Amino acid sequence: MKKIISTAVAIAACVCLTGAFAQKTSVQSIEEYRAMLQDGNPSELFEAKGESLWKQKRGPKNASLEKCDLGKGPGVFKGVFLELPRYFSDTQRVQDMESRLLTCMETLQGFNAAEIAKVPFGKGEQNNVTALATWLAAESKGGKFNLPQSHPQEKVSFEVGKRLFFQRAGPHDFSCASCHGQDGTRIRLQDLPNLTKNPGDGIGFAAWPAYRVSNGQMWGMQQRLNDCYRQQRFPYPGFGSDATIALGTYLGVKSQGSASVAPAIKR
Amino acid sequence: MADPMRIRAQVAGDKATVRVLMAHEMESGQRKDSAGNLVPAWFISEITATHNGKAVMTAEWGPAVSKNPFLQFTVKGAKAGDKIGVSWKDNKGDTRTDEATVS
Repeated sequence: MKKIISTAVAIAACVCLTGAFAQKTSVQSIEEYRAMLQDGNPSELFEAKGESLWKQKRGPKNASLEKCDLGKGPGVFKGVFLELPRYFSDTQRVQDMESRLLTCMETLQGFNAAEIAKVPFGKGEQNNVTALATWLAAESKGGKFNLPQSHPQEKVSFEVGKRLFFQRAGPHDFSCASCHGQDGTRIRLQDLPNLTKNPGDGIGFAAWPAYRVSNGQMWGMQQRLNDCYRQQRFPYPGFGSDATIALGTYLGVKSQGSASVAPAIKR
Repeated sequence: MADPMRIRAQVAGDKATVRVLMAHEMESGQRKDSAGNLVPAWFISEITATHNGKAVMTAEWGPAVSKNPFLQFTVKGAKAGDKIGVSWKDNKGDTRTDEATVS
């Protein structure tokens, strides 16, 4: 009889425990896991690399990037991340952080930008572009996005980006909005922000470049967008293409006033 | 040569908490490349931490540790201004040593 009672107690204890676990939603558990990751974000390693690459004399012209104009004048790197993509009069096009870095690498250092754009992500000079973008994002961490929309080309870029965001195509008849058009959805552990409106501080556009724990890779915005297109089974849009820059403009303008947490850490 | 480590050391009471980020591929030796060939194991095998030049911790690591590993430990009796050194050696014989000041 004593044994039966103790078994009953044990069962009751189990019920209580499962009850306690059920009260914590899966979203809360994910938040806990993310908080554990926050300390020791390996993106710091890429920041350090990016900073030294900025100052280092490299390329056929043996020059540093310290005179690179990222939108606030040559050599200004604080806060530029919060105002990109924007229109540049020297190249006569709207450029985002990564495509602008390629321009600087070509004009100042003598690299071939078109060749670097063809290098797959995570290889050779692409790694350096990502590291530079990571450091520059870190130099604007905590600032609020304020993308310029005064030049007609910047308005065109926003409108093109908006249309691309809602354009359904590919074998799955997908658009960006299929996944990012409503609140409270997720894929496995990753929340899917609603990017048709301002997603808020540190979400969506305001979280990239980011370090991905699952594969140990540092991703810039270009790779993020390219991978979204891959998941939609679209053709590869190309590094620094007008399409990905336009999408960046759309997302950046939508994030107006939201604080950047980049470089972030992702699952 | 390997990329530098990021070392932070902060005093909390009579101890200092040291956080280290290391840049390393940490190949497990289990993965195959796109051609189907095994990617050889390449990982940090030995870690030594020093407090003002005196070894306070050593560790032997294997291929199961993640890429770009994060290491945290506490050093008893460390005060602000003390030097914390961390060095690693990988299975290819490559080494890296970095130092930080306790704050």
